[in-house]
Parts: sequence; C-alpha cells; structure tokens
Amino acid sequence: MWAFLNKLRSPKWFYTISARLQPWFWAAALILIVTGSVWGLAFAPADYQQGNSFRIIYVHVPAAFLAQSIFVSLAVTGLVFMVWKIKIADMAATVMAPLGAAMTFVALFSGAVWGVPTWGTWWMWDARLTSMLILLFLYLGVIALRGAFASRDSASRAASVLAMVGVINIPIIKYSVDWWYTLHQPATFTVTGRAAMPMEMWLPLLIMVLGFYCFFIALTLMRTRSEILRRESSKRWVRELAEEAN
Amino acid sequence: MRPKRKQKLFLALGLVSLAAIAVGLTLYALRANINLFFSPIQIVAGDAPYERQIRAGGMVKEGSVARNPDSLDVEFTVTDYVEDVRVHYSGILPDLFREGQGVVVVGQLQRDGYIKADQVLARHDENYMPPEVSEALEAAGYSPADYQAKAAEVAERLEAREGASQN
Amino acid sequence: MAFDTFQEFLAMGGHARYVWSAWGLTAVLLLGAVLHARFERRQLMRQLKRRLRREAHQAGHAGGAQPIPTSRGRSTNEA
Repeated sequence: MWAFLNKLRSPKWFYTISARLQPWFWAAALILIVTGSVWGLAFAPADYQQGNSFRIIYVHVPAAFLAQSIFVSLAVTGLVFMVWKIKIADMAATVMAPLGAAMTFVALFSGAVWGVPTWGTWWMWDARLTSMLILLFLYLGVIALRGAFASRDSASRAASVLAMVGVINIPIIKYSVDWWYTLHQPATFTVTGRAAMPMEMWLPLLIMVLGFYCFFIALTLMRTRSEILRRESSKRWVRELAEEAN
Repeated sequence: MRPKRKQKLFLALGLVSLAAIAVGLTLYALRANINLFFSPIQIVAGDAPYERQIRAGGMVKEGSVARNPDSLDVEFTVTDYVEDVRVHYSGILPDLFREGQGVVVVGQLQRDGYIKADQVLARHDENYMPPEVSEALEAAGYSPADYQAKAAEVAERLEAREGASQN
Repeated sequence: MAFDTFQEFLAMGGHARYVWSAWGLTAVLLLGAVLHARFERRQLMRQLKRRLRREAHQAGHAGGAQPIPTSRGRSTNEA
C-alpha cells in the first residue's frame, strides 16, 4: 500500500492513469442513470399511499448517499494530505466539494418537494433534515475556506481540518432516524434484514445509486486532471502536453 | 512511518476524537430539549410544557376521527398504544392522514389535556408497495401495521396468479 | 409501463410539479457539472498554449536567451 501511496505523489502518474479509467466511468454512469431513470419514472409501480410522488426517491436517495459519501471522501483526502503531504489528495478534495454541496442541495430540495404532498409540509426541524442542512453548511464552509487564504497550503490545511472535524455529522445523519423521533421515516434499506420495498421498486433505485457513484468518480477524475494542469503548469511534462494537444 | 508523520496522524485523529466527544456531550446534554417531540405517554405524564409550541408524535387511533360536517374542524386521538391524547384541529388534513397511520401534531398543549393543533402532518413509514399488493392485503383484512410482514407473501401469490392466468 | 399515455406520464397522477421539479433540478445540476468540467479543461488548455506561445515569442525577441525546453523548436502552431 505504501508503494501505491508513493506513486500517488506523482501527479503525472495520476494524470496518465486517470485518462484510461475516465471513459469507463462516464460510460457506466450514462448507461446506469438513463436505465434507472426510465425504469423508475415509467415502469416501476407507484406507491399505494404516495402515488407517483414516490418516484422522487430515484433522485433523492442517490443524491443523499452521494452527499454523505463525498463528505467522507473530503475527510479522508484531508487526512491523507495533512499526514502524508500527497498533493493529489488535496487536488481531489478541491474538486469534490462543489459536487458534494450540489448533491446535498438536491437531496434537501427533492425531499422538501416530496414532503408537500406526502407529509403536508416541505420542512420540519427534525434530526434528519436539520443534520442534512448542517451538512450543506459544512460543504459551503469547506469551499469558502479554500478561497479565504492567500497561501494555498494554509487554505488546504484549513479545509482539511474542517472536513475531518465535520465528518462527525455523517453518522449523526445516518442514525438520526433511529436515535430521535423524526418526521422522516426510518431506513427502508439496512445491511441486514429485508428491504421494505419490493424488487420492482428497489432495482431501479440500486441502478440509480450505482449510476450516481460512477458519475461522481468520472467527474472527479476529469476535474482532478484539470486541477493537475492548473497547479503543475510550470512542469515540463505539462508544457509538452499542451504543445502536443491541438 | 516517519516519527513526524506519525505525530501528525495522531494529532489529526486526536482533533477528530475531541470534536466527536464535544458533539457527543452536547447532544447528550440537549437530548431532552432537542427532542421537542413528545409521545402521548410523556404528555399524559405531564412532561410536556403548556403554552409552548410542542410536537406530538404517534399514531392516529382507529375510530377516533370526528369531523364537523359544516366546517373544517376535526378531532382525533394520537396514541402510542399505551396512552391517548386528544387533538383539536381546524384545517385541511394531509392526503396521507388516516387512522392507523403515523401522525405529527404541531401545536399547544391546553390545560384541559388536549392539543390545539396548528399543523397536522402525516408521518408515513418506511414501507413502499404497489397498489395491487396493498389492496390485496386490505381485502384479506390486514391493518396497515401488518402490511410489510405480509407484503412479500401476497406479492408472490399475485405474481403466481398472473402467471397462471396467462397460460 | 406504469402509464397508459404520454399525457398521463407527464401528469404523474397530479404530482407533476413535485416530480418534475425534483427531477428537473437534478438533471440541470448533473448536466451543468459535466459541461462546466469540460469547459474548465478546454479553458485551461487554451491558457497553457497561450502561455507557451508568449514564452516562445519572448525568447525569440530576447535573442541569445536561454533555450526554452520545448519539444518542437521555438515556433508554435496556432490553427
């Protein structure tokens, strides 16, 4: 594993490797998201109580999962950067945060819109919704910190620390529906036990979740490559690249 | 790992642990106040304040809904199957409001023991199922609480019946 | 199919504004993310090439200055 971490010290290595991986993840993302969307919107049955508003689940849940996973990634890359000084970790963190914030917003918005015909309200300060809103603020904080310092190193460190401290919110979000009484219902899916949803409803959901994750990976690979070009622009290999590209 | 690096790692983990402990203690201390949700048991026991907006969570007791035909006034009972609390509300109830289902009532507890509700919200559970399955369950006499346990069974039987009728 | 006609599909059983606003926002943000990423890359490449051209140009005028480590000599091609 240390050998792998050492390879990661070379942005050039990452640039080359990611070029090969990228197309696969884009293709997978496209196929999975299109399939999941068509299936979820037009073929899955409506819910017996919620009717067709239930179909919002197919964007709400993937976005919520991503929102949390990306923040965990920020905490991990933050730690790797602070301890092992691997630049790529910081570059990846820089490009992942905006997508994480966007996904958190999608989860909150789609949830609010879904709540109107089902709960009868678009918002309540219960533990699940409040902790997700806090997550959005944490994302905005990380993004703001990066822009707040003249020195890139200070900016990266501040953002990493906030991510590492803020990651505590993730288990709170996850268990909020178990630890407190909430308007938001408990989990439909658990690692153990059966899903409280028939297969024709959860298969398209699984596909959408996988599709969103592939999208996240593809986008991160692409934008990290751009970040590498940005930060390593004085290096010889980057200049040669720019020349050869037409 | 180099000693300085190890030091940094421990510093980072230490910071995170400290933050986790701080948040944990805060949540523990606030738990009575954070959970502004009161169950019927708590309300009947006198744990809920008067003249303050509170939230009551529970189920709508079967057979407890009484609507005034001339106005939007409605009364029902919120229960946790141990204690009951009466709720008075005037307004349109959410589509998903029904007896035997979860409900969240936002309002003020009156000294007479009932809640004057400003908002009544439907709280649905984590089960999802297609209409055919729920209809079959209802026809078979099951209450919503039993649905999930029976849903898989009924879904299978429905599929088998469809398969047989196609042959 | 869960719907009998396209109109019914659009209407989503009366929940059209909820379903389509949620899905619409998601689609806009996902597409926006992709387009932005592509634009970002193209912009960076253009900046890099412009810088290379400028440096080659300067080196040419400086006359006798350090040779620029390019792989194709000093003239750069711009389509």
